[in-house]
Amino acid sequence: MRNFGNKLLYFLISFIIILILPFILIIRIFEKIIKKDILVFDKNKERTPVGRFIHDKWLGESYSAQNNRVFVYFLFPSFGAFLLFVALPFLQGFYFSLTDWTGLNTGSEKFVRFDNYISIFKDYKFGYSFYRTAIYAIFNIILINVVAFSLASLVTQNLKGKNFYRAGFFMPNLIGGLVLGYIWKFIFDKVLFSFGGMFAPSLLIDGQSAFIALLVVVTWQYAGYIMMIYIAAIQNIPQDLIEASQIDGANAWQRLKNITMPLVAQAFTVAMFLTLVTAFKQFDTVVSLTQGGPATLLPEVIGSIYNRSFAVVKSLDLISINIYDEAFTYNSLGIGQAKAILFFIILLAIALIQVYYNKKREVEL
Amino acid sequence: MKTRNFKLIILEVLGAALLLLFATPFFVVLINASKNAVEVKDFPLSLPDKPLQLFLNIAEVFGRDNINYLSSFLNSIIITTISLIAIGVFSAMAAWVLVRTKKTYSFVIFMIFLSGMVLPFQVVMLPLVRLMKTLKDITGIPFKDTYHGIILAYIGFGAPLSVFLFHGFIKSIPMDIEEAAIIDGCSKPQVFFKIILPILKPIFVTLLVLNGMWIWNDYLLPLLVLGTGGDIQTLPLSVAFLAGNYEKEWSLILTSVLMAAAPVVILFLFAQKHIIKGMTSGAIK
Repeated sequence: MRNFGNKLLYFLISFIIILILPFILIIRIFEKIIKKDILVFDKNKERTPVGRFIHDKWLGESYSAQNNRVFVYFLFPSFGAFLLFVALPFLQGFYFSLTDWTGLNTGSEKFVRFDNYISIFKDYKFGYSFYRTAIYAIFNIILINVVAFSLASLVTQNLKGKNFYRAGFFMPNLIGGLVLGYIWKFIFDKVLFSFGGMFAPSLLIDGQSAFIALLVVVTWQYAGYIMMIYIAAIQNIPQDLIEASQIDGANAWQRLKNITMPLVAQAFTVAMFLTLVTAFKQFDTVVSLTQGGPATLLPEVIGSIYNRSFAVVKSLDLISINIYDEAFTYNSLGIGQAKAILFFIILLAIALIQVYYNKKREVEL
Repeated sequence: MKTRNFKLIILEVLGAALLLLFATPFFVVLINASKNAVEVKDFPLSLPDKPLQLFLNIAEVFGRDNINYLSSFLNSIIITTISLIAIGVFSAMAAWVLVRTKKTYSFVIFMIFLSGMVLPFQVVMLPLVRLMKTLKDITGIPFKDTYHGIILAYIGFGAPLSVFLFHGFIKSIPMDIEEAAIIDGCSKPQVFFKIILPILKPIFVTLLVLNGMWIWNDYLLPLLVLGTGGDIQTLPLSVAFLAGNYEKEWSLILTSVLMAAAPVVILFLFAQKHIIKGMTSGAIK
């Protein structure tokens, strides 16, 4: 028990010293400038156990004290910024999601327990946006991975311009989602529009076709990136395996199915994970392309859950758009935060399940 | 042999056709940024009559007072550069001491960093904005609409991935090098800056690319921290502002789009290998 008390005492002392250390650093720098010692610790002085601990472990010139100081100084900038701007807001967020925080009553909001969460479950718009995001994510994963894998198979053939193609397919990924959205808005609203036929009126005006348009845009943007991941994996396949299968008389399809696919499974996990997460976080492209999307009717599947037969929703009201709108357009930051936390939990669960199942399929070489 | 050649030719043609398809939007931007407002509206696909119109458009974009394109361009460069260097150096420092201190608490701190990687920005953004206001009330230092505010936020959000990648790399550096340096009289900080940091160069480049792409193109964080129409604007904010205010003036919007995309594309043409390697190796690890 006494030992534990001592440990606790030393822990608290260490904590306090960590807070003081930056000031000591400033003093040390100052000492260097004026070339005179201000803080001197006498090595041979008699000390109490606590004083000895402080001297030996933190402030003195011993090796372990230097080590400890460097540890704090080196960790401080990034860990401090991380704690202050990521960890702290994240923890605060749980509390804020339980209050009636709005843009107007910041600082004087009341604790309302789980009211925000209850109102979210009753909100058909959030139900719709979750449904929409899930569908979008599924299409997104399939489309991007199929296109990326096909492109990767193409440019790993012995082609003359393969480096050129790779760079070209990769290029859209360099441009941010927001800027990209404006490029494609112009293409849908003006260029394709000028062809007439199915492209006039613009694809972005109707709910369904805007959804397809968004899929085209993100596939164009993201396929090149995922392709690079597949290329790395395909190039890692040992050449002798392929040669052996050729000698055994396997055709291209059998080679793809029995050798390439299992061996790129790890890349497949990574690619699935990346496409899934980016699909759920999709924000800027939708904002610039359609501002959340044209109005459309609530699908019956969702309507029947919420007992609503007729309601209008925004077609591309994906979860992150919905959260942003809730917080800044409707000013209900508490509800917005509760939605964000639900979003986080859902995303975490889906990602973990997906990685777990894909890991099981991977083949070790 | 002959069928094989034939197959390769077909694939070559297919590759070229797909490349053309992928590149079309870029051409569309380029040709339409070089037209005046009337041409864009009537013939979006025709080649521009007077390609030099591009420079008139650029001048026009620079000229609009309420956009302040030049300053937002400079701000983007300032914010991206400082954040990149700060994230790189600070994360490397943190990762190094975390690897070299084999104690429970360093493992716990590493795990706290890692858990930051799974946080989507949306779950942090609302409290973050509020926190920045609160910090101003407590300390009197403004964080919203300032360089240090957004750069500190980028350091915080960039740290998890960077620390993770550095951590993995530093583990493979033998301890002997450091011990030798200490025997030769290096202090611990000197060991890091003179010996470890140069060894970290390849992973440093990877992180420059990964974080650079993210920060240069980021829209939501600047939107929340800097706000639209504030003193400090970044390129994506300016493009969005311009597109929102001059909705029908496509020649201007596309010119601004071209100007926002051009630096990255030009950089890519010069440092293609590094960028592709950086972006993919970062994802796989």
